[in-house]
Amino acid sequence: MILPFFVIIPLGAAFLISLFGKKIKNFADLLANLATFSLLVFSLYSIPQVFAHKILVYKVGSWIPPIGICMVLDGLTSFMLVTINLVSFLVTIYSVSYMEKYTDKYRFYTLFMLMLAGMNGIIVTGDLFNLFVFLEIASIASYALVAFGTEAEELEASFKYAVMGSVASSFVLLGIALLYSYTSTLNMADISLVLSGKPTNTIVGFIAVLFLAGFGLKAALVPFHGWLPDAHPAAPAPISAMLSGVFIKTLGVYALCRVFFNILTVSHQLLFVLIVLGLISMVVGAFLAIAQNDIKRMFAYSSISQIGYIIFALGVGTPLAILGGLFHLFNHAVFKSLLFLNSGAIEYSVHTRNLKKLGGLNSRLPVTSYTSLLGSMSISGIPPLGGFFSKLVIIIAAIQAGYFVFSIVAILVSIVTLAYYLKFLNFTFFGKLDEVRLKIKEVPWAMRLSMIVLAIICVASGLLIVPLFKPFLESAVNVLLLGSSYKNAVFGALK
Amino acid sequence: MSEYILCFALFSIGLYAVLRKRNIIKIIIGLGIIEYAVNLFFVLIGYRTHGRAPILAKDQSILNMVDPIPQALVLTSIVIGLAVTALIVAIAIRIYEKYGTFDITKIRRLKG
Amino acid sequence: MKNEAGMTLIVKTITRLTVGLILLYGIYIVLHGHISPGGGFAGGVIIALSFIHLMLAFGREMALKKLSQAAASILESLGALMFLTVALLGFLGGYFFLNFFLHKGSPFALFSAGIIPLCNIAISLKVGAGLFAIFAALVLFRGIGEKE
Repeated sequence: MILPFFVIIPLGAAFLISLFGKKIKNFADLLANLATFSLLVFSLYSIPQVFAHKILVYKVGSWIPPIGICMVLDGLTSFMLVTINLVSFLVTIYSVSYMEKYTDKYRFYTLFMLMLAGMNGIIVTGDLFNLFVFLEIASIASYALVAFGTEAEELEASFKYAVMGSVASSFVLLGIALLYSYTSTLNMADISLVLSGKPTNTIVGFIAVLFLAGFGLKAALVPFHGWLPDAHPAAPAPISAMLSGVFIKTLGVYALCRVFFNILTVSHQLLFVLIVLGLISMVVGAFLAIAQNDIKRMFAYSSISQIGYIIFALGVGTPLAILGGLFHLFNHAVFKSLLFLNSGAIEYSVHTRNLKKLGGLNSRLPVTSYTSLLGSMSISGIPPLGGFFSKLVIIIAAIQAGYFVFSIVAILVSIVTLAYYLKFLNFTFFGKLDEVRLKIKEVPWAMRLSMIVLAIICVASGLLIVPLFKPFLESAVNVLLLGSSYKNAVFGALK
Repeated sequence: MSEYILCFALFSIGLYAVLRKRNIIKIIIGLGIIEYAVNLFFVLIGYRTHGRAPILAKDQSILNMVDPIPQALVLTSIVIGLAVTALIVAIAIRIYEKYGTFDITKIRRLKG
Repeated sequence: MKNEAGMTLIVKTITRLTVGLILLYGIYIVLHGHISPGGGFAGGVIIALSFIHLMLAFGREMALKKLSQAAASILESLGALMFLTVALLGFLGGYFFLNFFLHKGSPFALFSAGIIPLCNIAISLKVGAGLFAIFAALVLFRGIGEKE
């Protein structure tokens, strides 16, 4: 069974690169790309397996849960696996040429593979403390990666991120400790079984709030978003793409979904809190993004805003809304990574990120400018690109559920999103080109390849939604809608 | 019951240090206190009345054991805390090289 | 006036006597991890402490002659790879991380419990070498205050 390989392959690659990366030339690049490509192949192979049997459980060490740890493959798992491994494969191709200007490229690949191992581990595991351990592995690797360039601003951003992230992890650990004391088991399905047998108690509400605070900080919901606008611009461009594209979604949104929908019996008030927090994130992220002059800081605030959309959709809770939220998660992973890779390409050619100093790059950097155009139009919700369909589904679901005022706010935020992306495109690519820049060339082929493939996926996710994506998404949605019947599915698959 | 309340008090002392102190080293110490409080809480949860240490030896038989699972989990958590502390201390040393001060109100180049 | 590296003569003499015993004690805790409390993490920390004790008493250069930073890096990665290999060998029995030794031995004996002693040794290598490498790297910045 392929489930343990999602953790074995990146871990093995990380330590092999750390051992041999300095001595053999190009070993690190080759092994990293091979590892992410094989992970992508495995995750695409998991999709037909999930369609055949609805849920697959793998017992690690052949210990039967709840005594042992189990790994669970269901619709939501395979959806997240495909998203993460696709984006990370393209980002590793990109970083072959981008990271040339940093020394110690092999250490970058070691940390990157460790972060990927942590993220994959969070998704496949079926045990709550195992989720915490993988969460910490991924977080520590990302604290080190944000500080990779060791300039002054990067260190400050990494320190702030590390302290806030550690406090959030302590909240999660406190929640796990309280949950263990209440149910005396750690397996996700077993906790759900025990909780359904006991009468409702206020401690479950307290545990839910602790998890909301801990995972919400990793997902950059609004009261806890303070680290994101400093950390994402300071990291090198491939790491910004990974952080903004997949990291906050795995550690934040996926963990939140899994804990709230499948383990704790989620109540109506908690879903309303999610709606309100999502709405505030949308508005705050959008309005703060207009005022920025640094490209990557603007994209970071835009990430906060789009995560607000996803959490808002998950809070509404109807099947159509969850479908829209998960589709928006996939779309956002694709086009936010594309935009961050574009900003890295701009920085590679022109060596600045300030909007006031750029202009007229359309003629000299054609690939970058066309892929930026596609990415920005998709995130603002222009048909027939992917972002339009996901936002449409979210807004229709909100109207159907009866939240009229909230959906009007969502539409207005979408218009504001269009405004600041047009500002970005106008200042960067159109306008007059500075004379000293007449000689800049297009970026190397590795960077161009990954940007073009991501742009094609942007367009394809809009056009191919009904034939290709709908069954894929529906199996993911059904897992979340199972709610507490998740435990029956897991125990049924164990026999 | 009183030991759990003391654990929460320790947690809030650590949280106060992280939020209100101006020296970077004091913030790191506050973070250490937070991790310590959570680990202590987790171990105290495993206590059973009149329990003994959960270690089997060849010539003893134990009737009442405390819960061994939190002890194993806290071992992992302590090592994770060690790794995070080492990383943050290394970052703090490099910050002192670049900025020349340990005062966090002066390390404010990223704004807006 | 600059001191010579390390501490006074009394500390250096005691260190010469005890540092081998500390290392031996650490190895004992690692190897008996499945019988008595301890195991990989605690034993690895004690092994690292013996090298750090050398560094504190004799100064940085002397300790790095015993175990250089490059050697610590290699040991660290080797420990992790050994752990992963032991886990992968469980596939021989059909499952990841399966305890695959046929002879599990009798309880409370030293050679028993399947793959657990091997995992303990791997973890102790990684933790010990990692902790020593962290300490050696952080001591590099010792002279910042005196540089003006």
